[in-house]
Amino acid sequence: MRKSLTVCLLLAMVSLFCLSALAQTSSANSNSSGANAASDAQSERITKLEQAVADAKSSGDNAWMLTSSALVLMMTGPGLALFYGGLVRKKNVLSTMLQSFALMAIVTLLWGIAEYSLAFGSGNSLIGGLHNVFLHGVGAQPDPDYAATIPLQTYMIYQLMFAIITPALITGAFAERMKFSAMTLFMILWSLIVYAPMAHMVWGKGGFLNASLGGHFPTLDFAGGTVVHVTSGVSALVCALYLGRRLGYPKQNMTPHSVVLSFIGACLLWVGWFGFNAGSALSAGSLATSAFVATHFGAASAALGWSAAEWLRNGKPSALGAISGAVAGLVAITPAAGFVSPMSAIVIGLLAGVGCYFMVAKVKMRFGYDDSLDAFGVHGAGGTLGALLTGVFASSAVNPIFKDARGNTLASGLLEGNTHQLLNQLVGVVMAWGLAIVGTVVILKVVDLTIGLRVTEDDEIQGLDLSQHGEEGYNLEAPE
Amino acid sequence: MTKVEAIIQVSKLDAVKAALHEISVEGMTVSEVRGHGRQKGHTEFYRGREYTVDLIPKVKIEMVLADDMVEKVVHAIIASARTGKIGDGKIFLSRIDDAIRIRNEERGNTAL
Repeated sequence: MRKSLTVCLLLAMVSLFCLSALAQTSSANSNSSGANAASDAQSERITKLEQAVADAKSSGDNAWMLTSSALVLMMTGPGLALFYGGLVRKKNVLSTMLQSFALMAIVTLLWGIAEYSLAFGSGNSLIGGLHNVFLHGVGAQPDPDYAATIPLQTYMIYQLMFAIITPALITGAFAERMKFSAMTLFMILWSLIVYAPMAHMVWGKGGFLNASLGGHFPTLDFAGGTVVHVTSGVSALVCALYLGRRLGYPKQNMTPHSVVLSFIGACLLWVGWFGFNAGSALSAGSLATSAFVATHFGAASAALGWSAAEWLRNGKPSALGAISGAVAGLVAITPAAGFVSPMSAIVIGLLAGVGCYFMVAKVKMRFGYDDSLDAFGVHGAGGTLGALLTGVFASSAVNPIFKDARGNTLASGLLEGNTHQLLNQLVGVVMAWGLAIVGTVVILKVVDLTIGLRVTEDDEIQGLDLSQHGEEGYNLEAPE
Repeated sequence: MTKVEAIIQVSKLDAVKAALHEISVEGMTVSEVRGHGRQKGHTEFYRGREYTVDLIPKVKIEMVLADDMVEKVVHAIIASARTGKIGDGKIFLSRIDDAIRIRNEERGNTAL
């Protein structure tokens, strides 16, 4: 009995030992699988976190870029429409405003059909291909070559706003005398033949002048000094020369019918320009801030520069002078905005304000061309000046755009010792002038020979509002 | 009856109106007009370009009066519209054959 009891006890002990050993191994097992699960969860959390950070950055950038797109559209309508509308005579106010507005519609469709693809699709070094016609392949997925954190579609709509305002700027040169039908045809051809290649060369993948995507002559053009202002300004001069003067110019008084409208327009342009320049950072980071700041300082100092020149010469500073100066400064700071310090922006603005005043008040009178609303004097001259000065003042501390093979930052502008950059800027400017002159002459010839450019003398005397559109801007004597 | 046409500075309209009310002138027609006499306008500058504006905004007051009122009115206008500088304006007097009130066809001085 005792013996069997001992055996039982022993058995129980052994089984207890075994059980406890088993229990220990199983607990050891469960410990090791717990550690694995924890590390999996951690890496999953990190991945999620990284995605959330990227999404947050993308949301921030996209919010700013959509806002900027809207701001740039606001520059054309109502900004430029009011600015130009106020400068013409009463009988042409609507036709002038409508030219800007019509481009908001026409260029939009053209952009969707083919112009975007020609400007930003992959192609050769001069023009984009047809891969993106009808916006094929332009969706939510970003294109890292252009902007890695925003949908390509955002980039597309942002660039569209530039393609709208650029031809709209030209309308200032042929104001008060071009047929609406001729303007429409001219602008469609101009967008395809002049704007799309120029935008591709400076900003497009593989473009000849592209500074960040390996162009042969890397031209610094942050927001469109050459692409927007030189092309439009020089084409404007060609239009003014080709179409000839308005009837009665320069003997007849052709004073602006409402500097008040122009004033409101110019202030809207100033605000919209933050979208134009700071938006060209294509993200909402510190580069956008520095472009925003440079833009503002450039505009302010140019307003003062023009006003001072005018005050010294005519004895009075005028409202039209102050706003024209601000616009000239905004034009000149456009290529430089993301590359220069605020103090450089002040110098650029001052030179642009005084320089454009001189172009408009002296040079235009001297040569007698009728650039009616000074599209060349402000955009052509200011754009050229700004593009060249960008090569002087560009700072690698503001924007380290040039890097060597090992990723070290190289000098940007002349003041930092990069003498080559001024030459590159000059190449960009010469390309823009050349393309604008040749393209515009050819297009004007084609339109002239097919549908004719100018309204008849009677229509011009009557005013384009009535003769082209059958309406009047100010029906102050309308029946009660 | 006499018609008084006074062309005056825009800024003097209120003073002239007040002076006319004081001497009980009952009716007048006022229009905004442009013109110039010896004042010859002014110059304006737009983007460095000089423009001469030779037709200056003025106000024209027209009144048809019984003859015994005319001198009083002329003096009141002169006293209230004069600054002494070129551009103060002019007063023209002319004979009127008749006046007719549309409401009741009264004629002559009673229609005024």
